[in-house]
Amino acid sequence: MIPIDLPTIWAFIIAFAVFVYVVMDGFDLGLGILFPLFSEKRDRDVVMNSVAPVWDGNETWLVLGGGGLMAAFPLAYAVLMPALYTPMIAMLLGLVFRGVAFEFRWRTTAARNRWDIAFFGGSILATLAQGIALGAILQGVHVAGRSYAGGWWDWLTPFSILTGVALVIGYALLGATWLVMKTEGELRDRAYHLSWVLLLAMLGAIAAVSIATPFLHIQYTERWFAWPNVLMTAQVPIAVAVVTALLLRSLANKYDYQPFFLTLALFALSYGGLGISMYPYIVPQSITIWQAAAPANSQLFMLFGVAVLIPLILGYTAWAYWVFRGKVKPESGYH
Amino acid sequence: MFEGWDAVVLARAQFAFTMSFHIIFPAFSIGLASYLAVLEALWLWTGREVYINLFNYWLKIFAVAFGMGVVSGIVMSYQFGTNWSAFSDKTGPVIGPLMAYEVLTAFFLEAGFLGVMLFGLNRVGPRLHFLATLMVAIGTLISAFWILSANSWMQTPAGHAVNADGQFIAADWLKVIFNPSFPYRLVHMVLAAYLTTALVVGAVGAWHLLRDRHLAGPRVMFSMAMWMATLVAPIQIIAGDQHGLNTLEHQPVKIMAMEGHFESHKDGAPLILFGLPNQSAGRVDYAVEVPKLGSLILKHSPDAPMAGLNTVPRENWPPVAIAFWSFRIMVGMGLLMLALGLFSLLMRIQGKLYDSRLLHMFAVAMGPAGFIAVLAGWITTEVGRQPFTVYGLLRTAESASPLAAPAVASSLIAFIIVYFAVFTAGVVYLLRLMAAPPHPGEEGPSHEVPIRSAGITPAAGAVPEGAAR
Repeated sequence: MIPIDLPTIWAFIIAFAVFVYVVMDGFDLGLGILFPLFSEKRDRDVVMNSVAPVWDGNETWLVLGGGGLMAAFPLAYAVLMPALYTPMIAMLLGLVFRGVAFEFRWRTTAARNRWDIAFFGGSILATLAQGIALGAILQGVHVAGRSYAGGWWDWLTPFSILTGVALVIGYALLGATWLVMKTEGELRDRAYHLSWVLLLAMLGAIAAVSIATPFLHIQYTERWFAWPNVLMTAQVPIAVAVVTALLLRSLANKYDYQPFFLTLALFALSYGGLGISMYPYIVPQSITIWQAAAPANSQLFMLFGVAVLIPLILGYTAWAYWVFRGKVKPESGYH
Repeated sequence: MFEGWDAVVLARAQFAFTMSFHIIFPAFSIGLASYLAVLEALWLWTGREVYINLFNYWLKIFAVAFGMGVVSGIVMSYQFGTNWSAFSDKTGPVIGPLMAYEVLTAFFLEAGFLGVMLFGLNRVGPRLHFLATLMVAIGTLISAFWILSANSWMQTPAGHAVNADGQFIAADWLKVIFNPSFPYRLVHMVLAAYLTTALVVGAVGAWHLLRDRHLAGPRVMFSMAMWMATLVAPIQIIAGDQHGLNTLEHQPVKIMAMEGHFESHKDGAPLILFGLPNQSAGRVDYAVEVPKLGSLILKHSPDAPMAGLNTVPRENWPPVAIAFWSFRIMVGMGLLMLALGLFSLLMRIQGKLYDSRLLHMFAVAMGPAGFIAVLAGWITTEVGRQPFTVYGLLRTAESASPLAAPAVASSLIAFIIVYFAVFTAGVVYLLRLMAAPPHPGEEGPSHEVPIRSAGITPAAGAVPEGAAR
């Protein structure tokens, strides 16, 4: 069973922060990925306006994930970041491009397309890099002593490319269902259509990653298929099937809100599956959460802050979303 | 390619480059967020339209600058791990929590209320909107608190112990946070941010006054900015002096480098005004110096003895020429700011604040001075800490990631290309926004429904106001 101690609590906090990041920045990165499919300026403005007030808060969870990892599991941060050097730098540069595009594209008329391209390119680069990083972590990294001992291209494998592409599809699906929720008329119809296509692709991607993962390490195979674990782990694919059925139904019935939230549920299940594979390792096969944990007084010192502040943060973040609730009209928002 | 390069030197170059780009945006947005809060408060209080016009004018500029600060800041939060993994492993338990608190108490606060501040005036009404503006402004200050605490701990570590794995751990969190140089650094940096913003606001106001001295908006912003320069520049010089004395107590080697004191002086050290520090020979060539003034300033006694770098092993010397020159550039900028503050006060007393073209031209020229001073000051303190990342305890060479030089060189080149492309465009857009004067009915970043900011009055009896009077 899972013990309740500080490293475990912190593993859940970091996992929570990363998941909130995936959920919140996932859809706005997804909008960037879908951006070229909307060729009219009016549509692009609506797409952009639907996230302009909240994207900055969404990305703050990424900073919490990184900063929190350094603070709570410094050894894991110190091993994983050099191991993922290239994907991390690529992600950061991608986020630079797409982040500034939110402001810059309104500040120029002549070069507007250039920032639209930056928004698309940055979004897809950042997403691909995040997916590749995930695959690279799952397949494990070379560790010697307290540091990374591999080369700077170790992350590049067919499996990491697969997870990279899978995440691009997943974020695009989140973006499409977000648009279903936030737009009207012809734009919403196209978002429905995209959601269908992307959902099928996403199911294919989930299947491919699920099949490939147990082949990476015997530990993953045992975790998922050994008796009696399988009684518990089998719930995950069953739940995926149920959510998928609901999602298909909500798309067929053209619901506004359900597709987005059911896609989030699909993400949560996939994420839970990753957790099942990895636990209790934070660097698979090499470093457990207890080995990587910062001293108790560091984790405890931050736990006070997290206990008080995270509920507060979720509260005012929800308020900000509430202020900008409802459908985005073409004439509203930014210029 | 790059096989012969030193990965640590490349990693330092990358950190210095990305940090230098990053720091100018927070330095500006810390001050600007506070300025926006003041403008909105004045609008709510007086109901004068000129304040909401100025608020909306600077809000658009804030949005662009803040966006650049955010994206360049995310880079910093990951760079500790990618390029300085040994440092992260060893110091993570101490400075990691400080940065985590920065995220929890500051970044989320800023980001959570930024959307409402930028786009929400019509949705939430003036009072809640003012609350959002205040939260963003307070968030920028809290952010400065934590990151400067972490930085100060690297300069003057305190309250820590070392565990069996060789990691620094906190023995006393209050001593870690309020380490010896932190209060001085915090005051010095926040004042620097306020001055930087005041100089930009003053330069923009002056620019428009040079074209038309009757414009209401530029008159108000110029007057406010010059009050800041008059009042804060002298305070900053005092704060800087105090910070220097603190550095002398805790990081004497940094002061030796800043002053170019290679040799010890038993009976009073000179103040070297200018010269060419020669690190390998251990002397300052062509020094122009004032005898005993160095001791007078640093020890408040002309004959006080002062040790020089010759008392320190060479492998512990920082790069003297860089610290020496960046310090002089910072001080020079500070003195020019003082001059601008005094000149504007003189003109104000004579009733010529809006008429003196010389003053306006001086103020325009001083627009970038704050950024130059911040960068120079930052370089002084960071280079002066070398060759350590944690002063006296952890060497820079032992802090870097186990990366091959080509990896770091490639990322450095990528950062240089992307940053110049992106931030050059950003600065052009900022200048373009600043080149247009604020006008009556100025709109913020939001264009929602039919808005006329003048249409929402904060209080009954709001006074409509034209541009020219």
